[in-house]
Amino acid sequence: MDAIYIITTGSLVAIACGLLGCFLILRKMAMVGDAISHAVLPGIVLAFLISGSRDSFTMLLGAGAIGVLTTFLIEFFHKKGGLQSDASIGVTFTWLFALGVILISVYAGEVDLDQDCVLYGEIAYVPLDLWIGSNGIIYGPRSLYISGVVLVVIILFITLGYKELHLTTFDPAFASAIGISTSLWHYLLMSAVSLTTVSSFESVGAILVVALLIAPPATAYLLTANFKKMLWITVALSILTSATGYYLAVYLDGSIAGAMSTMAGLFFALAFIFSPVDGLIAKRRRQLYETSKN
Amino acid sequence: MIVNVENPILEVHDLTVTYSRKPVLWGVDMTLPKGSLVGVIGPNGAGKSTLIKAIMGLIPLSSGWVELFGSPLDDVRKKVSYVPQKESVDWDFPASVRDVVVMGRYAKVGLFKRPRKADYEAADYAIAQVKMTEFANRQISQLSGGQQQRVFLARALAQNADLYFMDEPFAGVDAATEKAIIGILKQMSAQGKTVIVVHHDLQTVTKYFDWVVQLNTRLVASGPVEEVFTQELLQETYGGKLTILSDVGNLLRKQGFPTRDVT
Repeated sequence: MDAIYIITTGSLVAIACGLLGCFLILRKMAMVGDAISHAVLPGIVLAFLISGSRDSFTMLLGAGAIGVLTTFLIEFFHKKGGLQSDASIGVTFTWLFALGVILISVYAGEVDLDQDCVLYGEIAYVPLDLWIGSNGIIYGPRSLYISGVVLVVIILFITLGYKELHLTTFDPAFASAIGISTSLWHYLLMSAVSLTTVSSFESVGAILVVALLIAPPATAYLLTANFKKMLWITVALSILTSATGYYLAVYLDGSIAGAMSTMAGLFFALAFIFSPVDGLIAKRRRQLYETSKN
Repeated sequence: MIVNVENPILEVHDLTVTYSRKPVLWGVDMTLPKGSLVGVIGPNGAGKSTLIKAIMGLIPLSSGWVELFGSPLDDVRKKVSYVPQKESVDWDFPASVRDVVVMGRYAKVGLFKRPRKADYEAADYAIAQVKMTEFANRQISQLSGGQQQRVFLARALAQNADLYFMDEPFAGVDAATEKAIIGILKQMSAQGKTVIVVHHDLQTVTKYFDWVVQLNTRLVASGPVEEVFTQELLQETYGGKLTILSDVGNLLRKQGFPTRDVT
């Protein structure tokens, strides 16, 4: 039962991350996802200190707000300050993350968060943290519900806003010309990324959530040239990553989050080598074919 | 020389645009007639693309205003189409020709709705107009420069607008595509649509356009091609550079070299 809980939670988190990651990598904003995932840390700690509990609704709000602030600061330093965009990402997120680290260490006694958990996540605890109703009924792991709700929100967001997200990603100038606000959809997408990162924080941690945001979409990108298929392949890869990652961790008796990210990387490597279109082998074959023709 | 018209389809008044305090466009004041095929010419950095972007509200104005069909842009967006430079997008994006062309219908589809069968039919019709039907399901990453430009034109056609702005549609395309595109533009103009094109090949101006706008940060000339496409005004637009250009042009013509790459 524990295995099912862990794999399901992992899959829900990975799917939400992967779907958003598809848009991020095509917008060439993969590292903004990285930045947000780190920068939400002070938001989590502050929300925790204010509300005094890990009741995740406040936490999602607090961290979501910081996530949007991060994107805003990155844009601000880049556009108004004339700083290169990668430099402004670097400055913004390390600074916010550092604030979070300080907050955790200062309020260590009051905050039931430890740095290891925040950085690397601990999905193995998912089955232990149960949601118990006021009448004593046990509904199952709390994280499972949170990641489920977040995934539903993300899927709704992508289905309803598909057209706008797709167009602002491919051709922002044309999108603005026909009256679709590119900055509105930019911030909506970034809010969605913040929300997802926060919800996946406890299970995979700040560093490895980036693997789930980027690796499955990057793999899917190599496997298809159709955007809708890319989204579906990402979903399949996310589930596969979560399941194989869990069993790898059990086999090695190691960190589950680490094993999941390793599997995500492994799938990417396989796609990179064996992809029928863009893979190394396919390319090499084509080269040989061309030379033999000449 | 600036020729103004009654009941203009586009009116630009005292338009100034600056990039980090340096003016790119300065006090541009002009009107354009309905149904004309307009070429916007000027040297590099003269603000040709900036003018179109400013009219489409894509960059902030330092001063001035723009009216299309006698109204602000927001009221008439559905009647206006914009074709960005093809280099402005990533052609490795996972999409087919049809996916891109149907984007032209997005404004009409409305928020939260999906394009319907009728929208795909309109897209297919536009694809046929630019003679890309056999490539409709092709991935855009596999297209040549000329084909990419045709896809952008098809997307604009699918919008079924009345006023079109095109940023360098002839840049980096093959001769056949250039001919096909100008054929479509002339046809659109004959149907009473107004087409405004950023252009950089002086040789073809008189052949392609019936109205010319000459820019060099300031507006140098705007009027019917036969009135304003004169040596004197071109000299003013291009400054000293034109003499070199025209000398080279004359030399080439005398020696019978082709002045364009034939690909």
